[in-house]
Amino acid sequence: MVTDRSALRSIRVVEAGTQTTIQDTGRPGLAHLGVPRSGWLDDNAARLANRLVGNAEDLPVLECLLGGLVVEPATSTTVAVTGAECEVRAGGRAVAHGAPVVVRAGEQLSVGAARGGARCYLAVAGGIAVDPVLGSCATDTLSGTGPEVVQPGTVIPVGPARGTPAGEGQQLSAWHAGPRVLRCWPGPRADWFTDEALTTLATSSYVVHPDSDRVGLRLSGPPLERSVEGELPSEGIVLGAVQVPGDGRPLVFLSDHPTTGGYPVVAVVDPRDLSVCAQLRPGDEVRFRPLAPRDAAG
Amino acid sequence: MRVRTAGPRAWVVEVGSAAEAAGLYAVTRSAGLELTDLVPGARSVLFDGLEREALDDFLSDVDISSLQGAREQGELVEVPTTYDGPDLADVAALWGMSVEEAVDRHTGTEFVVAFCGFSPGFAYCTGLPQELAVPRLDTPRTKVPPGSVGVAGEFTGVYPRSSPGGWRLVGRTRARLWDAGSVTPALLAPGTRVRFTAVSDGD
Repeated sequence: MVTDRSALRSIRVVEAGTQTTIQDTGRPGLAHLGVPRSGWLDDNAARLANRLVGNAEDLPVLECLLGGLVVEPATSTTVAVTGAECEVRAGGRAVAHGAPVVVRAGEQLSVGAARGGARCYLAVAGGIAVDPVLGSCATDTLSGTGPEVVQPGTVIPVGPARGTPAGEGQQLSAWHAGPRVLRCWPGPRADWFTDEALTTLATSSYVVHPDSDRVGLRLSGPPLERSVEGELPSEGIVLGAVQVPGDGRPLVFLSDHPTTGGYPVVAVVDPRDLSVCAQLRPGDEVRFRPLAPRDAAG
Repeated sequence: MRVRTAGPRAWVVEVGSAAEAAGLYAVTRSAGLELTDLVPGARSVLFDGLEREALDDFLSDVDISSLQGAREQGELVEVPTTYDGPDLADVAALWGMSVEEAVDRHTGTEFVVAFCGFSPGFAYCTGLPQELAVPRLDTPRTKVPPGSVGVAGEFTGVYPRSSPGGWRLVGRTRARLWDAGSVTPALLAPGTRVRFTAVSDGD
């Protein structure tokens, strides 16, 4: 819905790349009703983008997979792009990544293809101002809750800018080159796996599969053998859960994960490393580093 | 009860039965324990977003033997159902009874929502005895119409919206299962008691 106010303050999406969604901190607290948490995948990068344009940290932003996003603000607007490394242009001129940028009325802001990392965040001064669903503006790609996935031609309302854009020199977000390491806790069903499987998980390298999405990071690598067979009665799933489906290949659940599941969870990625998960791209290598012995649960 | 680690501030508390899980969920909800998410499962409850100490303090006051009864307190919701599902005859055969007897059995059962999952507002209702558990379809349907009432394993459920699904469909309802704009979006939240009532088409 376009309101009078948003007709003034809005951005029009010219190109949406592979997948662009509106995201905020999501809908935690509704998992008992089967509603995924959703929300941005890279918390560090999204909050940084908001700070850079002078927003409260939790305002909705655009999350863009692998870059390729082009937007055109209706009025002169301060924006910031964070997350995956990419070329940023405003009105055709190269501008800084990870810094506030003024885009004048009639100019386009383009986010180039991601060269390192997977997800770019675009914050707009005033924040994306669509109607929340169940308390959040996040698009949940699993259940379809929240706004539709952003398409070219979409006009997105923007709220009134209140804060002062922050200076440059902020920390860039958590993607980095080289093998990535995910610190992890024992999962609720670590004891459903053989000792060899737990050693395999802790010592092997896994490769991010192209089927990875906002629901989960699917991994190729040595399968994990179970010591307990049979079906697990459905149980609640946490963000970062490393679930092992029938083929033995682990998958790391991200923001749009289902709320319950019937496959055992062998480990849980430490919340501090979820931003790393957000920035892994197909083909990237990743390792798990256990934080505590498997019997920590007592 | 067995506490299983699910991260730095999350715990899966495993119990012995679906009834105990529903009871532990109900007791915890009404205690107003501060956490991010409280998610019942088929034999467990996930406590997400609190310290182990706080969990242990809380659990030490929970009387396991009282949990079975705690689930009887939920609100009762009636779900008017037209029993004309494509799998009704097969389900009756699996139950070893006539279609009429199967419908009587289903409408004569008081269900309790044990947990939700699969999609928002999709409730796993318990109440049928284990001997009436039926396997899922070998080949799931690519599209199940919203409002379809199905059975799978020991559970009965209603599809809130169109989706693929492998449950055996016994009927359909016009009840609105899910309303994202409401403060109580799920008609069938965990703990809710449910009765399916037989109605003719169009009611």
